[in-house]
Amino acid sequence: MEILVCIKRVPTVGGKIAVTADGQEVDTRASGFSISPHEECAVEEAVQITERDGGSVSVLTLGPEAAIEQLRGALALGAHRAVLLETDGREFGPIATAAVIAAEVRAHPYDLVLLGNEAADTGDYQVGVRLAHELGWPVATGIKNLSVADGGVVARREYRGVEEAYSLPLPAVVTVKEGINLPRYPSLPGRLRAKRAPVDRSAPDWAAEGLRKQALRVPESSQHQAEVLGEGVDAVPLLVRVLEEWGVLS
Amino acid sequence: MTALVLAELDDGEPADASLRSLSLARSLGDVSAVVFADAVPQDTLARYGVTDAYVIETSALDGYAPQAWARTLAGLAAETGATAVLAAGTDRGNEVLAHLGAITGLPMAANCTLVTPDEGRTHRLVRHRWAGLLLEDAVMEAPVALFTVATDSVAAVSAETPASIQVHVHKPELDQADLVVRAAESPAGAGGASLATARVVVGGGRGVGGPDGFAPLEELAGLLGGVVGVSRVVTSEGWRPHKQQVGQTGTKITPELYLACGISGAIQHIAGCAGAKHIIAINTDPGAPILAHADYAVVGDLHQVIPALVEALRARRTP
Repeated sequence: MEILVCIKRVPTVGGKIAVTADGQEVDTRASGFSISPHEECAVEEAVQITERDGGSVSVLTLGPEAAIEQLRGALALGAHRAVLLETDGREFGPIATAAVIAAEVRAHPYDLVLLGNEAADTGDYQVGVRLAHELGWPVATGIKNLSVADGGVVARREYRGVEEAYSLPLPAVVTVKEGINLPRYPSLPGRLRAKRAPVDRSAPDWAAEGLRKQALRVPESSQHQAEVLGEGVDAVPLLVRVLEEWGVLS
Repeated sequence: MTALVLAELDDGEPADASLRSLSLARSLGDVSAVVFADAVPQDTLARYGVTDAYVIETSALDGYAPQAWARTLAGLAAETGATAVLAAGTDRGNEVLAHLGAITGLPMAANCTLVTPDEGRTHRLVRHRWAGLLLEDAVMEAPVALFTVATDSVAAVSAETPASIQVHVHKPELDQADLVVRAAESPAGAGGASLATARVVVGGGRGVGGPDGFAPLEELAGLLGGVVGVSRVVTSEGWRPHKQQVGQTGTKITPELYLACGISGAIQHIAGCAGAKHIIAINTDPGAPILAHADYAVVGDLHQVIPALVEALRARRTP
């Protein structure tokens, strides 16, 4: 099975998120970068499939040159080949992103393309679906369990307490969510191999879209400080009274 | 101007997330709703201002088929001259609207909190980035505005006066290709779904200490008629299954009460619990980031506070 996994370089945010003075980007002066979480699981899933059934895993990112760090991270997890679609720092919208990934897929005989259900930063929830339409392939999204059988895949997710199973013929696009697996830690030999591996590079053209970002901001309501009811078990009577006032005790 | 809303049903009634979408839709013009079911919750839709309901009988589709649902919306939007098509920002809502965007070649904005018609074919909107930790102000220029509505931000408010509603049975025109991907449904184990709709959630984080520390939290959740949720570190350590994770990459919750125990409050977690009406934190560290999002805090060890709280609630029950 030949698998392509699409990943995105996103800031690693811990206890706080801030925006640059011009309101255009997340302030990353004090943060590192990582693979968007759903996509790290997509890499792990692809590596597990090829370890079991053979084939190879290519990993692709659309991003600045610095995103090679995340490609190498995916190679260290067991991916075999890396593709950088280099941007000049401008954000590609979901329509353009799907189009440039489709061009890579048309140039190689992939059986399966895996993506994250949504990128942690932009949260557009659509690149995988648009890619599938570009290619004329079937697509399943938000998948938490994937199995390969008889020239197809069965992709499962849960919705409102019901398990949904989707049987897709290959080639297909599947977007996954964290929880589909627990990604491994990269091995030392894996990291060494990743360091030396070549990266295929090209630079697609940016294109304008009908949805245009004006500015980013932190929601106002998210900044305040809790009133401390007390310390340890001494606070319990007051805690019970608050729960009574809120009407959560039956 | 007409807004066409995909209304998802929960036990025959519009899902809470869809009521929120209908509430937002009223600011865009006349509201039509599309329901994929054999029976329409007519009264509720009318109360939320829906003037026309389009019923897509299940015999036409045989279960959930995202591309077929999107093709149906595309046909209805063209037929009714809708200027906006929207759905709730649920897994299905985002998926169907993504298909609709791909079918029509139009942009789609996911998880909006505000949409305002502007001059000509433009809408101004505010949408979630980072699962709502950041807001994006954006402009959408398109003949039909496609978007989903954030499930934890817009309030569900009925119309001042109920609309007089007309119900139309609609037969969609579908391609065979629209029906290739279809959900085969079977009952799932308990967990994820009840977390998303629970009235009370008792959250456990790193402070719980290990897989064996959750029994008091389960007991407390039981007493409060709620369920246990956990932070990302708990699932990545394998202490609890991922379906219990509250967060950006887990489940977004909207309970009356979220009791966060031993959870520091990484923003990936805040993204999942910010929709709670009330938050109380129990934490040994008074400087933990979770306190900036909580109404009240108890500074202390959850291993002492929770058993004491359980005891107090039991005592209250047996006079």
